[in-house]
Amino acid sequence: MALNALERERLKRDRRNLGLLLSPGLFWLLLFFAIPLLIILVYSFMTNGPRGNVVFAPTLEQYATLFTRSVYVNAYLRSIWMSLLTTGICLLIGYPLALFIVRQPPRWRTPLLFLILIPFWTNFLVRIYAWQIILANNGLINTGLAALGLGPVPLLNTEGATLLGLVYGELPFMVLPLYAAIDRFDFTLLEAASDLGASRWRAFTRVMLPMTMPGIAAGSVLVFIPTVGQFVVSELLGGAKVDYLGNLIQRLFLRSNPPNWPLGSAMAMMMMLVLLALILLYFRATTEEDR
Amino acid sequence: MSAAQVQRAARGAARPAVERGRLTWSGLSLTSFAVLIYLFLYVPIAILVLFSFTQDEFGVRWTGFTLEWYQRLFADERLMGATANTLYVAFASTIVSTILGTLLALAMERYSFRGRTATDAVLYLPIVIPEIVMAVALLAFSAFAFDIVRALFGINLRRNLTTVIIAHIAFSISFVVVVVRTSLKNFDRRLEEAAADLGANAWNTFWRVTFPLILPGIIGGALLAFTLSLDDFIISLFLSGPGTSLLPVEVYNKVRRAVTPEVNAISTLMLIFSITLVVLSQAVQRREGR
Repeated sequence: MALNALERERLKRDRRNLGLLLSPGLFWLLLFFAIPLLIILVYSFMTNGPRGNVVFAPTLEQYATLFTRSVYVNAYLRSIWMSLLTTGICLLIGYPLALFIVRQPPRWRTPLLFLILIPFWTNFLVRIYAWQIILANNGLINTGLAALGLGPVPLLNTEGATLLGLVYGELPFMVLPLYAAIDRFDFTLLEAASDLGASRWRAFTRVMLPMTMPGIAAGSVLVFIPTVGQFVVSELLGGAKVDYLGNLIQRLFLRSNPPNWPLGSAMAMMMMLVLLALILLYFRATTEEDR
Repeated sequence: MSAAQVQRAARGAARPAVERGRLTWSGLSLTSFAVLIYLFLYVPIAILVLFSFTQDEFGVRWTGFTLEWYQRLFADERLMGATANTLYVAFASTIVSTILGTLLALAMERYSFRGRTATDAVLYLPIVIPEIVMAVALLAFSAFAFDIVRALFGINLRRNLTTVIIAHIAFSISFVVVVVRTSLKNFDRRLEEAAADLGANAWNTFWRVTFPLILPGIIGGALLAFTLSLDDFIISLFLSGPGTSLLPVEVYNKVRRAVTPEVNAISTLMLIFSITLVVLSQAVQRREGR
C-alpha cells in the first residue's frame, strides 16, 4: 500500500518533469512553425486582393493557376529535373569519394573527413560566389582563354553554371551520410562474395550497394530537398534567366507589385506535396531493393 | 606453434594480399579521382581568398598585393552594422534554441510517453522542409500576427531583428535536439544509478553527473545552431524588416551586382570564422569521444 503510494508519487513527479522538459520547445515549434505552415495552407485557398492583400474568399483558383499556366508547370518540372540531376551527380561523385576516405588508414581518415566538413559548415552564399570569380566573362577561365587568343565563352549565367554550383554546394551533404554507411560496411563480405564466384561488379551491386543503401537514401534526400527550393544558385550563377520554384515563390512574396501571397502559398504547399510524394517513392524503391 | 599463433600468422599473411589487391589499377584511379574532387572543393575557395588581396579593382585577376579592401571593409559602416546585427541574432537564437533543444532531447531520450512517435516526427519536420517554405510561412505568420496586434491594441509592429531571432530559434531547435540526443544515447545510465545509490537526489544527479557528461553534445548543438543562424540567408531575407540589415543579406545584394574585391574580402573573413567554428566543434566532439 505504502509502496503503491510512493510509486504513484514518483509517476506524478515524472509526468510533471516530462511536461517541464517538453512544453517550452513544443510550444515554440507549435507557435512559430506549425501555425505558420497552417496559415500558408489556408492562404493557398484564398483570393488575392487588388493591392496584394489576402482576401478571405475561398477559391481553388491558385491551384488551378499552378496546373494550367505554363510558367508554373515548367518551373515544377525544371526544378525537379535539376534536383534529380544534382542528386545523381552528387551520388556518382560522392560514393567513390566516401569509399576512398573509408579505405584510408585511420590517421588519414579524420583530416580527410574534416576537409569535407569545412565546406559543410561554410557559408553557402560565399561558396557559390567563389564560382563567379572563376566563371565571369572577365573571370579566371575566360582570362586564360583570352591569353591563348580564344574569345570569351559565356560560362556564367548559364544553366550549366547553375548545375555546377548546386553540385558544388550540396556535395558535402551527400558525402557525410555515405561515409557513415560505408564505414559500417564489412569489406570481408566482398571477399566472401568473390570466393563464391561473384565478379567484382556483381559483388558491388548485389552486396555492397544494398548494404550501404541507408546512406545513399539519406544523402539523396539531404541533397534533393534544399535543391528543389533553391533560388540563390540560379540567381547568382544562372543569371535568373529561367524560373525555378524558389525564384517564383520569392518573387510572388517579396518582389512582385502587387505581391501575390495566395499563389505563392499554393506554390509552396504544392512543392512540399511533390517532395513528400517523391521521397516516399524513393524510400519504397530503396527498401524494396533490400529484400 | 600454437593454434593461436597459426591463426595470427595466417591472418598476417592474408592481409598483405588484400592490401596488394587494393593497390591495383582501381585503387590508384580512386585516389586520383579523390584528389580531383578535393581540388574541385578547395580551388574556388583558395581563389576567393587570394583575390581578396589583389590590387585589381574588379577582383578577378592578380595585379599585386594589397590590404586596401579589408581597410575599406572596416570603414564601411553599413557592413559593420550588419555584422553586429548578425552576431547579435546568432547569439540570441543560439542561447534559446540550445536550452529548448536540450530539454526536448532529455524528454525524448529519458521518457516514454504517449505521442512520442508523433513528437519525433514533428521534431524532424523543420530539418526536412525546404527553407523557403519555412521562410514564407513565417513571413505570412508575422504579417497575420501584426494585424491582430494592431486590431487589438492599436500598436504597429514591424519586422526587425527580433522576428529574425524568433524564426532562427524555430529553425534550429530540431538540429540541437538531434545533436544532444546522440550524446544522450552514448551515455552510460549506470552512472546516474550509481549517483542515486550514493544518495544524490535527482537534481544533484543531473547537475553533477548527467550535465557534465552531455555538455560536449550541448556545446556541439550550440555551435551548429550558431553556424546555422550566422549562415542563414533565406529566412533572414524574408523576416528582416527595412533598416535591419543582416550580413548574408548585405553580401547577397552586393554579389548580385558584380564581383568586387570587397566582397572577396568579407567572404574570406566569413570563411575564416566558419573554419574556426568547425575546428572548435571537432575539438569538442573529440573530447566527448574520450
